[in-house]
Amino acid sequence: MAVVSAAAIASEILYMRLLSIALWHHFAYMVISLALLGYGASGTLLSLAGARLLRRLPFVLPSAAALFGLSLPGAFVLAQRVSYSPLEVAWDPRELLGLAAVYLLLSIPYLCAGTVIGLALMRFPRGTGRVYGADLAGAGLGAAAVIGVLFVLPPAEALLALGGCGFVAAALACPALAAPRSGAARLGAAGCLLAGIALVALWPRASVEPRMSQFKGLPNALRVPGVEVVAERSSPLGFLSAVESRQVPLRHAPGLSLASKAVPPEQVGVFIDGDSMTVIDRVAAAPEEDLTGLPAADYRDDLSSALPYHVLGRGGEGGGPRVLVLGAGGGSEVLGALAQGAERVDAVEIDPRMVELVRDRFAEHSGHLYSRDDVEVHGAEARGFVAGHRPREGARWDLIQVALLDSFSASAAGVHALSETHLYTVEALEAFLERLAPGGVLAITRWLEVPPRASLKLFATAVEALERRGVARPGERLVLIRSWKTATLLVKESPFSADEIAAARAFAEERWFDLAWTPGLDRAQVNRFNVWDEPHLYDGAVEILAGGVRRERFFERYKFFVEPATDDRPYFFRFFKWRVLPELLSLRGRGGTHLLEWGYPVLVATLLQALLFGLLLIVAPVAWVLRGEGPGSRDGRGRSGPGLGRVGLYFLCLGLAFLFVEIAFIQRFTLFLSHPLYAVAVVLAGFLLFAGAGSAASGHRRVRGLLDGRGRPGPIAGAALGVVALSLLYSLALPELFAVGVGWPDGVKVVVALALIAPLGFLMGVPFPLGLERVAAARPAGVPWAWAVNGCASVVAAVLATLLAIHLGFVAVVLAAGGLYGAAAWVARGL
Amino acid sequence: MERELRNSIVCALLLLMPLVGLSRPVAAQDEPRDRMAERRAAMVDLVRRELEETRRITRDEEVDPKVLEAMRAVPRHRFVPESLRDRAYVNRPLPIGHGQTISQPYIVALMTDLLEVEPDDRVLEIGTGSAYQAAVLAELVETVYTLEIVPELAAQAKERLDDLGYGNVHARHGDGYHGWPEHAPFDAVIVTAAAGHVPPPLIEQLARGGTMVIPVGSPFSTQQLMLVKKTADGEIRTRQVLPVAFVPLTRAGEGEGSGDGG
Repeated sequence: MAVVSAAAIASEILYMRLLSIALWHHFAYMVISLALLGYGASGTLLSLAGARLLRRLPFVLPSAAALFGLSLPGAFVLAQRVSYSPLEVAWDPRELLGLAAVYLLLSIPYLCAGTVIGLALMRFPRGTGRVYGADLAGAGLGAAAVIGVLFVLPPAEALLALGGCGFVAAALACPALAAPRSGAARLGAAGCLLAGIALVALWPRASVEPRMSQFKGLPNALRVPGVEVVAERSSPLGFLSAVESRQVPLRHAPGLSLASKAVPPEQVGVFIDGDSMTVIDRVAAAPEEDLTGLPAADYRDDLSSALPYHVLGRGGEGGGPRVLVLGAGGGSEVLGALAQGAERVDAVEIDPRMVELVRDRFAEHSGHLYSRDDVEVHGAEARGFVAGHRPREGARWDLIQVALLDSFSASAAGVHALSETHLYTVEALEAFLERLAPGGVLAITRWLEVPPRASLKLFATAVEALERRGVARPGERLVLIRSWKTATLLVKESPFSADEIAAARAFAEERWFDLAWTPGLDRAQVNRFNVWDEPHLYDGAVEILAGGVRRERFFERYKFFVEPATDDRPYFFRFFKWRVLPELLSLRGRGGTHLLEWGYPVLVATLLQALLFGLLLIVAPVAWVLRGEGPGSRDGRGRSGPGLGRVGLYFLCLGLAFLFVEIAFIQRFTLFLSHPLYAVAVVLAGFLLFAGAGSAASGHRRVRGLLDGRGRPGPIAGAALGVVALSLLYSLALPELFAVGVGWPDGVKVVVALALIAPLGFLMGVPFPLGLERVAAARPAGVPWAWAVNGCASVVAAVLATLLAIHLGFVAVVLAAGGLYGAAAWVARGL
Repeated sequence: MERELRNSIVCALLLLMPLVGLSRPVAAQDEPRDRMAERRAAMVDLVRRELEETRRITRDEEVDPKVLEAMRAVPRHRFVPESLRDRAYVNRPLPIGHGQTISQPYIVALMTDLLEVEPDDRVLEIGTGSAYQAAVLAELVETVYTLEIVPELAAQAKERLDDLGYGNVHARHGDGYHGWPEHAPFDAVIVTAAAGHVPPPLIEQLARGGTMVIPVGSPFSTQQLMLVKKTADGEIRTRQVLPVAFVPLTRAGEGEGSGDGG
């Protein structure tokens, strides 16, 4: 049981990885969410055929587990054969049919896994707590393990290993269910084990390798003669492919000034999941050489991101600036800083494999850039690194550079609209400003869209950050310029001096970059080089700086969502407004598709489809069960069992609430643990393990007595109230606690996080098995029904939680969960 | 609020549409040639209407009728893969293999129009792709030089242009960064490859008074058109043009009463 659960949840993460490589993140998200409806469908299956399946349990359960193992790679292979082109959705919505076929195929493994667990719940009605506990605990371990495994195995291999796990589970189930010492069971177990080994050993590797969409950056680069992949690295953070181009140089210099004559040096490109490319520039210098003015880095001086160096001025009495580069990637920004005379560079890069590529594999090529004495590389998440950095005297930075790493097309297509990012929130900018030396500058470069979205939102975020730090006139501390493809924003704690403003203007002028905001800028001075119909960036900046009602009106009027992102609503890349969708769709014929960002509509499409399928899965079996049982069915004591509506409502509330709490706290703890991977592993595993423990313990009298309080509300209500109280307490107290604890060592933080999760998770594990036990006792037919409702609710919940968080923030998600637990407790009275 | 809700419902239905599963249109491989010409004329008509719609809002000059004439003459269905021929005259981009697309006819018309070419012009194109754009230009100018970096696409394009008798298009495989210096300067340059930056040699090879158009965007979607003009005294002026008339409502009072296509 636990093995199946572990493999199932691990496979979710794996499928997500594989599809992110093959497609784009938001489509992967939709496919996986909907495939999980397979769980709900297993409930339907059991409602319809549960009795028959139970009779042949010793055969059926191992078969289902084995089928799960087989279908994990099998469904993926078939799914890869479906031909469809999600990029063409705007032109032909029928392309989505292909996606539907993919998630139907991928739901097969979850149907099998759900069947295994559902059957066990039906077979052992008294052991509900322990069965469900094993399910949750297995899931917890699986979530944690897969992240470790992904560092070692490429995703395709890992998928096969999981398939093997399905067979191991089948082998374990054979003897457990059969009569003691049954020869057939032993034979079955041995057969299953052999089949599992055969699967892992013999499955053709090529068929499970993710096939990349032909429109991604890597396949496109490889079509150019002389381009080849020279190194590959896999980690749960992404699949890295390093390419060398022997005939046609890569020449990656996005947004390079049209006035520039500079040519980038020889470059190695590193693609992340086959799309976003970062480059490793060739440096022909010894590691101890001073790189100031290095010709190979000349091109970097003609990018908009070089602005801060000109504003800060080179050298000075105290030597060059101390620079922090957030998102160092292949190191171009680091090289740029050194070429500008930086005295010292701290480079923060989250993916250890990326660091390893530059430092070891391409050590020679990069001129040992990441091993230099004046460069220190930190394998950390940007926000956490800055927060954990205790400023000592003289250890602050003169410049914090937030580098541009994601790809232009991914950014433009709204691929990130669903991903939380803690890099571009008001709180993040505040934290960055706090770590600057006196007179220091924060510089952020983003891709520039026309009309502007990210750059305008970034400007609004910076204004709010400055205001929160008590600045009355933020306009004096901001400079915004644009090249034809990028925009660079400078933020300072103190007002920019006249000299600094003059330097910024001169920098822009020489490179034909346009000013979008500097203190004292006039509308006549903007929009001179790369001329737009209207100077939207400047106009928007003016409206935002005007503050008060004018700012509010602007946010409302502007056709993209550019209100600042906060830690509570960390969706920087959501620009979509429903109001504008009809207009955008009508403009497709006139080249308007680029105005439509797909991430958000895809999320809503996912929710609608989940609801639709959910209803089909839930309503259908109810009709069946009711017909089969007849209206007057009674249990042995002549008492009518709980109505199916009530059962459904109870498990609907629980399914939604559990995921709401889980998702909201994963987000909170991500900020605290400062590394998205560890956070997901620790928090998910923590919640599931402790919930598993809670579920297993729910059968004990003492636990029930404890939860009963003074015997009034019953254990379910007790647990639900406990969850509500704790989660409310946490939403209020955690930000404070995390602010204090953000600098603690990682180990301590993990322990603290687990200690905080333990009571909450434990209580959250209780209501499900207790409710199910009651249903099993009073109305056995309701068990698969409850399982189906719960499965569908989890899918809907995950999507709904994101939607709620985008609009109202994570605190609202927690409040909603509280309300749902309350409702569940109330409904439980009649169970 | 109510309107918002209604719009949301409309959008929801739109998003659910794929589930309904409409039937595929009938293949049109072996339709007679005049039928294709008819569909082509209808497509150009649609493109003209869309362009006029856009122009009315941006208060720009009329579309050059010669551009539309050229598009009426080029058999677009010969520039897309067999299997997609039935969709060749729909106003949408189409995949042509090798990770490339043939642009939306509307965008082709707009870019060609923006180049403001004359009959005796020499035009350089970087990124031949299907060669459709080159063929449209060939109808309008003396000579077109076109470079393609993917060898298979270059070979295919050359063969296609020869078949169709476009003798005034010189196509070859090569790195577009350096342009085609032997035939420089060019009165117009069109860089349809997804360039992270504009290669300086191309700006150099642009004749005085010439125009360069660079579509910026991702597959199936053109974000903006970069327009680089070299004045008579050799100065560079650039413009970023949105292919679509869209008023984002940055300033108060903007777009009220008109232009809000909502």
